[in-house]
Formats: sequence, C-alpha cells, structure tokens
Amino acid sequence: MQTLEVIAPGPYTTVQDLGRVGYQDIGVPASGPLDRISLRLANALVGNPPGTPALEMLLLGPTLKVMAESVRIALVGCNAGIEIRSGDARTVPAGRSLRLAQGEIFRIGALRDSVCAYLAIEGGLDISSVLGSASTYVRGAIGGFHGRRLRAGDVVPLKLASVDVRGECALSRPLDLALDQPIRVVLGPQADYFTDGAVKTFLASDYTVSPQADRMGYRLEGPALAHAKGYDIVSDGIVTGSIQVPGSGLPIVLMVDHQTIGGYPKIATVISADIPVVGRRRSGRQIRFVAVDMPEAELLRKEQEAALSVSVSRIVRAGPSE
Amino acid sequence: MNVRFLSAGDTAVIVEFGERIDRLVSDRVLRLSTLVRAANLPGVIETVPTFRSLMVHYDPLATDGASLTVAIENLLDSGRGEAQPVKLWRIPACYAASHAPDLAEVAQRTGLSTAEVVGLHSSARFHIYMIGFVPGYPYMGDLPAPLVLPRRADPRVRVPAGSIAIATNMTAIYPLESPGGWHLIGATPIRLFDLRRPRPALLSPGDAVRFEPIAVSEFDSIRAAVAADAYQVPCETIAA
Repeated sequence: MQTLEVIAPGPYTTVQDLGRVGYQDIGVPASGPLDRISLRLANALVGNPPGTPALEMLLLGPTLKVMAESVRIALVGCNAGIEIRSGDARTVPAGRSLRLAQGEIFRIGALRDSVCAYLAIEGGLDISSVLGSASTYVRGAIGGFHGRRLRAGDVVPLKLASVDVRGECALSRPLDLALDQPIRVVLGPQADYFTDGAVKTFLASDYTVSPQADRMGYRLEGPALAHAKGYDIVSDGIVTGSIQVPGSGLPIVLMVDHQTIGGYPKIATVISADIPVVGRRRSGRQIRFVAVDMPEAELLRKEQEAALSVSVSRIVRAGPSE
Repeated sequence: MNVRFLSAGDTAVIVEFGERIDRLVSDRVLRLSTLVRAANLPGVIETVPTFRSLMVHYDPLATDGASLTVAIENLLDSGRGEAQPVKLWRIPACYAASHAPDLAEVAQRTGLSTAEVVGLHSSARFHIYMIGFVPGYPYMGDLPAPLVLPRRADPRVRVPAGSIAIATNMTAIYPLESPGGWHLIGATPIRLFDLRRPRPALLSPGDAVRFEPIAVSEFDSIRAAVAADAYQVPCETIAA
C-alpha cells in the first residue's frame, strides 16, 4: 500500500478537508482548515479538487518519507519551504508543486510567520469520511487519521501509487499572508451586553494573540471589555469567528473546532473572508478589529472568492518536473 | 412572543424567541428548525436549536443574510409547523452508590434522602432543549425544584461516559469521557453517541426522556448487550 511514513509529526499535524456539515445540532463542530484559502491553493497546485483531504500543520511541519513509487506534493500557507533531505538535497519554496520518488525524505520546518500551512498530495490522502468529512476533530476523536493528530511511525495511506512526470506548477505570485491586516467584524449578536465604552475599546485597541490559541479558539490579550448585563447568558449558537467575552473581559475568537453552543456574550463576529487571516496569525502578533456592515461583509467574501478563482486560473507552469 | 433576528456575521442568522430557558420558547425554536429544514431554503447548510434561539448556518456565496431573513420571516408567518409527535426514550439508569459518586452529597445539600432524590429524578419526564457542549450531550429539563443546585465548585477533569448528572434546573448524560462540573447521580450503560450509526447521537432536540431505575446486575447485563449490539433503548412515539 502506498503511504507517507511519519518520521517526525510536528506538534499538531492533522488531516483536514473543507469541513463537516450537518451535525452541529448534535454538538459536532465543522472542523476543517483554519485557512481554507491555503488548503484550496495547495490542492489546486497538484491538480486536486478543492476539498481533497490534505495535511494541516501548526507552527512546525512534519518530516515524512515517501513510501510510494512517486508522489506530487505542494505546500501553501507559510513562507517556509519543503526541505528534501535525501539524494539531491534542496529546498523547494512554498507555492509550487514537486514530484518525489520512493524513499525520499522531506521536512517542513518552522512555519515562521504563519500558524498553519497545508501539504496537498496529488490524488489526496486515502482517508475515509466520517459523518461526511475526512476532517479531524481531535477533541471528539472524530474523522481524519484515527481521530487524532499524527505521531511518529504512522503510515498515512495515499490514493495514488504513482504520479506522471509532467511540468510542475507554481502560484503566479506568493500568497499574501496578510499578517498585519486589520480583522473585519460585524457587531453582534450580543453587542448590547457590553457598555458603549467597551464596544469603542474593542474597535480602538490593539489586541495580541495569546499563547493559548488552538483550533478551538484564539484567546486575545489587551484591554478588558466591560459587560453591561453580566457575562452569563442563556446559551445560544456559535459560528466560526464568534468573538465571545467571558468574565475576564478578554475576547476569544472561536475557530473551526469551536463548541456549537455557548453561554458567554459575543460582542462581534469575524467576517468569513477574514477567518483565514485570523487562522494564520501567530501568538504575539497584534489584532486590530474594524467594524463593517453585512452588505460589505458579503461583498468582501464574494470578492475574495473571485480573487481565489483568479489565483487558481493563473497557476503557471514552473518548468520541468524535478 | 417577540421574535428578534440577530447578526452572527455573514455565515449565520440567529432567530431569538426569548432570553430565558422556557418550554414555550423551546417549542417555537424547535418548530422553526423543522420548518427551515423542510423548506430547503437556498444556501441553508444546517440549523442548530438552542434554549432560546435557532441558529441558521448558511453559505454566503449561495444566499445573503437579508434574503434569508425574509424567507424565515415568511415561514414564521405561515403558521405551519404545529406540534409534532414526540419520541419518548426510557433510559436505564443505575443510581447505586457505586455508580453515583455525588448522590449522597446531593441528598445532603437538598435535605432529601438518596431514595427521594432518585424518586424525583426518575419520575420526571424531561424535554431535550438542545445538544452540545460535547458531541451528543443533551441538555434536559426541567429538573424538579427540590433537586436544583448550582454546578460543582470544583469541576472534574474526567467524567466517565454514561454518567447521569444534574446542575441548575437541568439534567444530562455524558456521552463521552470529558471534563465536567455537574453532580453525578447515576450512570447508564447505553451508548449515547456512536459513530457507526448514520446519525451518531441517539437523542435529538425535542425528544422526551424518562430514567428507569435499574440494579447493578441489570447495568452489567445491559452493558454486555450494548457491547454485542444486542440492545435497543426502549422508545415510543407520543403526542406532544
């Protein structure tokens, strides 16, 4: 069976596709990638449909050995490259595809500026769907590779035993990681649970991503926000991007593995176009929030999708196969 | 009853029927959930009922918040979605001291005997308001007033799967081992969440639940039957 063998897993490497839908009413979160744009571009570079299961790595990538006749891979979402350690040792930058042969070992080191990056494999990982998705929800041990992050010694099955020799592909320009871009939000659903001053503070302050950030949520440090009507509400629904404010007054941006319901007031919601931007933002970096209205949020998402289609259509031949 | 539409960004709308935990509010939430699902509105991905509101998740590339709000308002005005029959589950519950680490403390804090606590808990018919916290975790109410206690001051890091718990005016069953701050007054041998089922959660929002007291020996025999896939939780359909 054709596989990738995990020599070193990296701190948090999981299988993700575009996420799981239809089970939030029984408490199963959508999961999926922190940065769906990078996942889609990585898949496009190796010729896969956008939601093909790939590896998401956080902070530091894995070291993997090719246990197939040949594979084609691409990395997107970070400034780091793929270091090939066997044979003709070299580093291939993110944003282009390459073909590797049986026995070759490659490593993705520290992602440097970004939290997350995606390694797509032509044909995809051979991971069966659970509840309609290959995405891993580690807390509930649902989906992905045995419901968990990868460990050393794992062998992750691949769909294809070999890939054709052909010209390799590259993004026509590097992905803009938007590491300092303000994050756009729509106020609500419980902005009225905060004092007017708190809403102003929220929109006028620099917050810092705290080290307590994971796929469930990114905790922020900065000015505390005063609740006007207490911090315990009767639970209601949560979306990816909900910014809840517990008793500490410090906001938490809920991300893809968030609980489906929660009992803290939510001052605002990150617009869907900016979820990947939050997803990439590392602890220690700043976040400044800017309020937009719904029509603008919807327009921004549509523009982003159009730009993404353009990026995919402008993928260029990067020369002969390596 | 006042209905409010709240913004949850460009991927969900919230239809809020109240700000309290209330059966009438819950019934309206669940009725709208059924209506929205049946209507197959363009762009709607899924609905999540909670105590007081319905969250409707949508694809912002297939619809927009304003159109969806109008479509949901029309469903609300249509007056359809009258009371549906309800599934009533009879869940075997072992309240023996060995399976109920907090039962004695609950009895002491409520001024009841353990038998009275068990009697009250197993004679009530509970309504499932919503499912969440962890996959398959049912929030059921309302607990008889004498059993109402705040959550534990020191939440447990690990609560075993199958634990039956109470806190505030709710009762629940832990479907998976997880952290938890509720009082554990019993245990059930059944599986609440099983990924081998097409719909992995046994229970759904809107279902009714009764707890049927069983002895330790029955707990063991039912657990063995569950492990062998040879047990079905008793369930009947009743008028709402």
